[in-house]
Amino acid sequence: MRVRVDMTTCETHAQCVFAAPDVFSLDDNDELVYDANPDDSLRAAVEQAVKTCPVHAIFIEGT
Amino acid sequence: MERIAIVGAGLAGLNAAQEFRRLGHDGELVMIGAEPYRPYRRPPLSKEYLVGKDVDLELPGADETAATWLLGQPATGLDLAVRRVLRGPADPVHFDHLVIATGVRARTLPEVRPMPGMITLRGLNDTLALRTALDRASRVVVAGAGFVGSEVAASLRALDVPVTLVEPDAVPLRRPLGDQVGALVADLHRAHGVDLRLGRWVKAVSGAGKVERVLLDDGTVIPADVLVVALGAQPEVEWLRDSGLLLDGGVVVGDDGLAAAGVAAAGDVACWPHPLLGGRLIRVEHYTNAVEQGSYAARAVLGVTEGFAPVPSFWCHLYDRRLQSVGFTGTGYDVSVVSSQPDGRFLVEYRDADRVVGAVTAGHIRELPRYRAMIAAQYATPNRLTGITGS
Repeated sequence: MRVRVDMTTCETHAQCVFAAPDVFSLDDNDELVYDANPDDSLRAAVEQAVKTCPVHAIFIEGT
Repeated sequence: MERIAIVGAGLAGLNAAQEFRRLGHDGELVMIGAEPYRPYRRPPLSKEYLVGKDVDLELPGADETAATWLLGQPATGLDLAVRRVLRGPADPVHFDHLVIATGVRARTLPEVRPMPGMITLRGLNDTLALRTALDRASRVVVAGAGFVGSEVAASLRALDVPVTLVEPDAVPLRRPLGDQVGALVADLHRAHGVDLRLGRWVKAVSGAGKVERVLLDDGTVIPADVLVVALGAQPEVEWLRDSGLLLDGGVVVGDDGLAAAGVAAAGDVACWPHPLLGGRLIRVEHYTNAVEQGSYAARAVLGVTEGFAPVPSFWCHLYDRRLQSVGFTGTGYDVSVVSSQPDGRFLVEYRDADRVVGAVTAGHIRELPRYRAMIAAQYATPNRLTGITGS
């Protein structure tokens, strides 16, 4: 699956890191880094990240 | 065809509606909302939206629920015997299943009569009213330095509006975050020019038909054009008074997520026995909880329950800092300051006996996932403090 985060919208509330720690994490400067092509087995966790992002910056692309 | 009614067209209600559709409910979904708006984001109301930034408040996904929207008319009663939601003079809504997600309302000042210039902050209309009032404000008094009051004070300072922040407690946010974090927040407010009055409360307001002076309990008179009342919120349960549902500081739901057969509650209005707290009833007013519990309520109504033991999390924007938490925090726990830097960054832990139950930080967000995992893991292991075992 393909994941995109709009980094101009992201405010690093870290809710995606809580929902899908295998896909999203924070670097040493508290900036979000993420795997743009995670395994399909992580879809439920990524969908939860999409839902809990308070600024709706996360998108699952394609199908 | 079964009809599901959701009372409360906010974040929790929307998430319930989406989950019903995801689980295959293809009957009617009726969303009943007191405000005239489809679901919108509230967090910006005390932050960027208040300072006039162009923010899209719309919550995505409302159209896709294909719901029937009954907006601008609050529910006024619930008759479980005939399974109807009453809506004052408007037609009642019959339902087969019900989700209660009416949220909270802002508390008002006891013994102070409302007058123009006095504003509570909860909904979009409140923020619009405050924005209009600011156009001619020479000073704003904010009563209450909790999450909303502190954020409003910070937003107004960003607009260079003089602010007096009046907090009855010894420090801001003492009850939810404890004395140490409260003291750090007090420093932040003062460093940004807030006239902070601790241990004081608003006793009266006077003026010729509008707010002109705010009187504190110690006799201090503060000339001000606007008084923002930010003294916390109370669950919106008045309409359920005669429903027979158990109301105990909110709508009480059981382990199964239900308040009665086919009736669930979610979000700010719901309290439930939290497995991580040994089954103690808690109510959580944070954004993420409305998302998670909204979905959970839909599953509960449809009989798909797996227990609900979320690790709470909040954020609060103050000036150039953002406070963020995981877990359970507040004056009820032992607080230890893990680190505190001169530039205002800090990390604080909360413990119940020797068990870490929560953490709050400014500037060390990357520490929080570790804390969250540690706290969540306690649900899967026998809880030494309470003897409960999670599932």
